[in-house]
Amino acid sequence: MATTTVHRSARTRENASAAGRVRAHSPYTNWFYLPAAVIYGVLFLVPTVIAFYFSLTRWSIFDSKFIGFDNYKTFFQEPALVSSLWHTLIYAVLTSGLKVVLGLGLAMLLTSQIIGRGYLRSVVFFPVLVSTIGVGLTFTVLMNPERGLINQSLDLIGITGPGWLTDPSLALISVGLVDVWKGIGLATLIYIAGIVSIPQEYFEAARMDGAGAWDNFRHIVLPLARPATVTVIILSLIGGLRSFDLIWAMTKGGPGFTSDVIASVIYKQYQAGFYGLSTAGNVVLFLVVTAIVLPLSRFLNRKEVEL
Amino acid sequence: MRTRHIAIALLATASMALTACSAGSLGSSDDSGGDGKVTISFLYDNGSETAKIGDQLVKDFTAKNPNITIKTETRPQGTDGDNLIKTRLSTGDMSDVFMYNSGSLFQALAPEKNLAPLGDTENIGNLDKNFTTTVTSNGKIYGVPWGGFMAGAILYNKDVYAKLGLQIPKTWDDFMANNSKIKAGGVDPVIQTYGETWTSQLFILGDYANVNTADPQWADKYTKNQAKYATTPAALAGFQHLQDVHDKGYENKDFASAKLTDGLRYLATGKGAQYPILSAMVSQLIADNPGTEDKVGLFPIPGTDASQNKLTVWSPNGVYIPSSTTGAKLEAAKKFLAYIASVDGCNSQTTASTPTGPYAVKGCTVGDKVPQAVKDMQGYIDSGSSSLALEFLSPVKGPALEQICVEVGSGIRKADAAAKLYDEDVKKQAQQLGLEGW
Repeated sequence: MATTTVHRSARTRENASAAGRVRAHSPYTNWFYLPAAVIYGVLFLVPTVIAFYFSLTRWSIFDSKFIGFDNYKTFFQEPALVSSLWHTLIYAVLTSGLKVVLGLGLAMLLTSQIIGRGYLRSVVFFPVLVSTIGVGLTFTVLMNPERGLINQSLDLIGITGPGWLTDPSLALISVGLVDVWKGIGLATLIYIAGIVSIPQEYFEAARMDGAGAWDNFRHIVLPLARPATVTVIILSLIGGLRSFDLIWAMTKGGPGFTSDVIASVIYKQYQAGFYGLSTAGNVVLFLVVTAIVLPLSRFLNRKEVEL
Repeated sequence: MRTRHIAIALLATASMALTACSAGSLGSSDDSGGDGKVTISFLYDNGSETAKIGDQLVKDFTAKNPNITIKTETRPQGTDGDNLIKTRLSTGDMSDVFMYNSGSLFQALAPEKNLAPLGDTENIGNLDKNFTTTVTSNGKIYGVPWGGFMAGAILYNKDVYAKLGLQIPKTWDDFMANNSKIKAGGVDPVIQTYGETWTSQLFILGDYANVNTADPQWADKYTKNQAKYATTPAALAGFQHLQDVHDKGYENKDFASAKLTDGLRYLATGKGAQYPILSAMVSQLIADNPGTEDKVGLFPIPGTDASQNKLTVWSPNGVYIPSSTTGAKLEAAKKFLAYIASVDGCNSQTTASTPTGPYAVKGCTVGDKVPQAVKDMQGYIDSGSSSLALEFLSPVKGPALEQICVEVGSGIRKADAAAKLYDEDVKKQAQQLGLEGW
């Protein structure tokens, strides 16, 4: 997208200069844009172009050799790739779904007339402010199957807790739940804003028609909080698709490869010194996220306009 | 049009200027002033025993060389550490002296380009050949040994063995028979600690002496892409062993979350009987669990042939000087390396931490106060029943072996599938190194 902007503005400028060197549309001189352009070029444009080049090389940090599309071939043949793609999708859908459902529920609760509402609202938001790595390490300790607080508490009431992070079928879900705990505050906040902005007249009119609490929720809150839902879905889906820090802090993709997502596969390739290969992986990740989020965002936003 | 060209030119110059002032140029030379005093920096990993050895070496060396000051730094272990070393070398920002693995990981540093050869340094001739081959590239030696040789073997609790009347197993079948008796005695037969994934690899890496016995040319063929783990029965056996141990329920119950310190504690207290691990961990075992010097012994990972019961041996880590160290600092750094490669250097390391294997410097002894496991290990080395580990004989080592081993040891993947997956993993490494035949 960035490139198109640059092209377009360049063309406009050429047209302008062709038409007698008149700075017609812009109130600023080109020099005014220069500092921003230099920063943008050096920190974003140049690395992006270089990254595309290095994804086509075998790069050992000390030197690089052009090998065409071999990295992409290797990356797509990677056995961990299919499972990690699948894990990424599960993780993104699970966390984003739970954030929508729980966030809406919490927002309903926190917009009602309950005691200590302001305090409760800030409590829900606190986890968002804590460092992800800190949260991850804390929960790793809490979720330890033998010595963790969670399973010890479950033991007290006679339940043998599972190995939250060590059971291959549970590890990814456990990390997802922690992600939801950490991110739910933001979803709730967005929903609170959405619900509060619904005019009271609708509820009064509904009361006149004899609507109950469920009708209010189903026919007023849900449709009118739609922009909030769209924002929450998009934000948490993007977050889920590129999730890495929490997973790395808690399981490092393990046990084995059972909670590996694309980003952790790429990181491990980078760690192993396969710099070209992991750069190719990043290009693929970029394309995947764009391919999922761009149409989704268009779709959801169009509905919003129609509403 | 013209302004646009100027803008592009400016942008290009600015980006060049930015790349030019990389971290490498920040290395100041002002602390090697005219009074003959030099300060050099020394980087090693953050293992608890490593720090003790590093500090002691610096203390003893600077006591003899008051004009040289050494600042120490630590780095993470494992792949994070590999990354850091490579990045700092490539940006010319490496410490003046650093400690790192020998063998395949050393080769991956492109030594000829990034390290300073030690040819004319004092005491280099004193080093054991088994060590120098693992820090040599194109005929030049680049490192001096840190610590002693170590073994990838099984540490066992002698009390448990005595109580149950067990013999040291010479074949895998003997080992499994012992395990069944140990389990019946209420002790966990095999300790596994996947909370730290690297500890999972010993059944494969420590089994290399057995592979070498079956085919002494295997490492060469492996490097040339002519031999594979999945298709060589002797090599596949390592993965199979790991699967057997899990299938029979011989692991400690918390194998999935336990860490190295837990594993060593289980071994010391007799909660577990046997722990496949690097013998260098003996120093941590003793530091964490005082009084275990004579309670824990060592035997090689058993193979198929009782008469060929051989130990897999790891070469010590090396201490290197990057090519970015120059002038007075280089002189000081070489002096420090010569000290590490001297008998005094060995003694200094012995003071700091219990030796875990024979030193690679001629004339150095580990003393008589060595733990039982080291005595056992010395026996195998002295009688010639040992082989270097694969990573010192071939540059090919896949990065995902630890995760694959965790999968096999946790019952997620079967041995033959795991061996195939590892062969695939190795391919990337070989291609990255530009080896022929891949």
